[in-house]
Amino acid sequence: MDLSPIWLTLKLAGITTLILLLVGLPFAWWLSRGRSLFKIIIEAIITMPLVLPPSVLGFYLLLAFSPQHGMGKWLQDVFNVQFVFSFRGLVLASVIYSIPFMVGPVKSALQQLPSALAEASYTLGKSEWQTFRYVLLPNIKPSLLTAAVLTFAHTLGEFGVVLMIGGNIPGVTRVASIAVYDAVEQRDYGMANNYSLILFAITFVLVIGVFVFNKYQAKSPLI
Amino acid sequence: MIHIAVEKKLKAYHGQQVLRVNRQFAAGSTTKIYGPSGSGKTTFLKIIAGLVTPEKGMVKVDAVSWFNADARINLPPQKRNTGFVFQQYALFPNMTVRQHLEYATTDEAWIKRLLLLGKLDTLQEHKPDYLSGGQQQRLAILRALATKPQIFLMDEPFSALDAKMKTELIAELQILLKELGTTTLIVSHNPQELDGWADGELVFE
Repeated sequence: MDLSPIWLTLKLAGITTLILLLVGLPFAWWLSRGRSLFKIIIEAIITMPLVLPPSVLGFYLLLAFSPQHGMGKWLQDVFNVQFVFSFRGLVLASVIYSIPFMVGPVKSALQQLPSALAEASYTLGKSEWQTFRYVLLPNIKPSLLTAAVLTFAHTLGEFGVVLMIGGNIPGVTRVASIAVYDAVEQRDYGMANNYSLILFAITFVLVIGVFVFNKYQAKSPLI
Repeated sequence: MIHIAVEKKLKAYHGQQVLRVNRQFAAGSTTKIYGPSGSGKTTFLKIIAGLVTPEKGMVKVDAVSWFNADARINLPPQKRNTGFVFQQYALFPNMTVRQHLEYATTDEAWIKRLLLLGKLDTLQEHKPDYLSGGQQQRLAILRALATKPQIFLMDEPFSALDAKMKTELIAELQILLKELGTTTLIVSHNPQELDGWADGELVFE
């Protein structure tokens, strides 16, 4: 059995989660503070991947990054970088597709913290960044883990977006969900079942892990 | 000398009311503040700390303007060197007693002294969830003192303490705050508890 789609999927999900941790956390923090029309619009835009059919998102990404015109052409001409039908294209699409799964839970968790926590930190002379890093983030650890796992698991399950922008190139863009579809098309139900079972097992273990961690967090006396 | 002359709209159940205060506080003095719920006592403390911005007026500490609506001066809370004891404590659930103080100061001798003052020296490794209400309240007071504040703002700071603990703590605080030369403002629903300490009062209507 060719395990490369599984490895590719895990690699894609890992990189996507990492990028979203770096980009999504400060973004969620920004969104959690105050309310303005601009923030509402930005929040609506990053929520779109939740409600849009993945094929629609994939289609627009394909148009945007097609090397024949627009931004895709510019990237190709200036940096010699191509996003369509490449692994980096998958990463970009996955980051956009999974952004609400990282930003949403983290933003709500930050908003639910009493505002006095940050205020207390400010009166101790701590900057907004120090407050975020040492007071706010540690106190939303369970939500942070949930968001990271949801992002990872959601990327594992991607299909439409990935197929649109990445196609089905073995070892490059053929992730597990596409390998399942491919196997079914070729009536190789045994192979489809193998990939499906592995995906099922990985996501199941992840979700169990979150439940166990969050329970442990709630009960831990000192740590 | 602290001079505060501010105006701030307050949200109330029955329409809007305006908080107006014009008052001077001598350096190193202790003032008790009392008045009915919703009269703006907490808001007043927060205005001094820079956590709430008034619509009009000014806050001047010695010769330094902390806030001046006309001159558009508004020092952030980080630069005001106030100690703030929140009514709901606002302790950090992720930090132990010791870490709360270490977050605020690196002065180890000062941390030790504060821990002894608040009788929390045997509970240094405990997180707030594993402290009693009184212990949490004492930690909130110690944390606010950790930066050796110029102005010490306390919002109902003794409500969870038993009579004996309160008397002892107040006696210790008096010595410590005098030593620091700190100006203290205390909101209390039970102003008699501050008899013999406070040298002035501010009543909110």
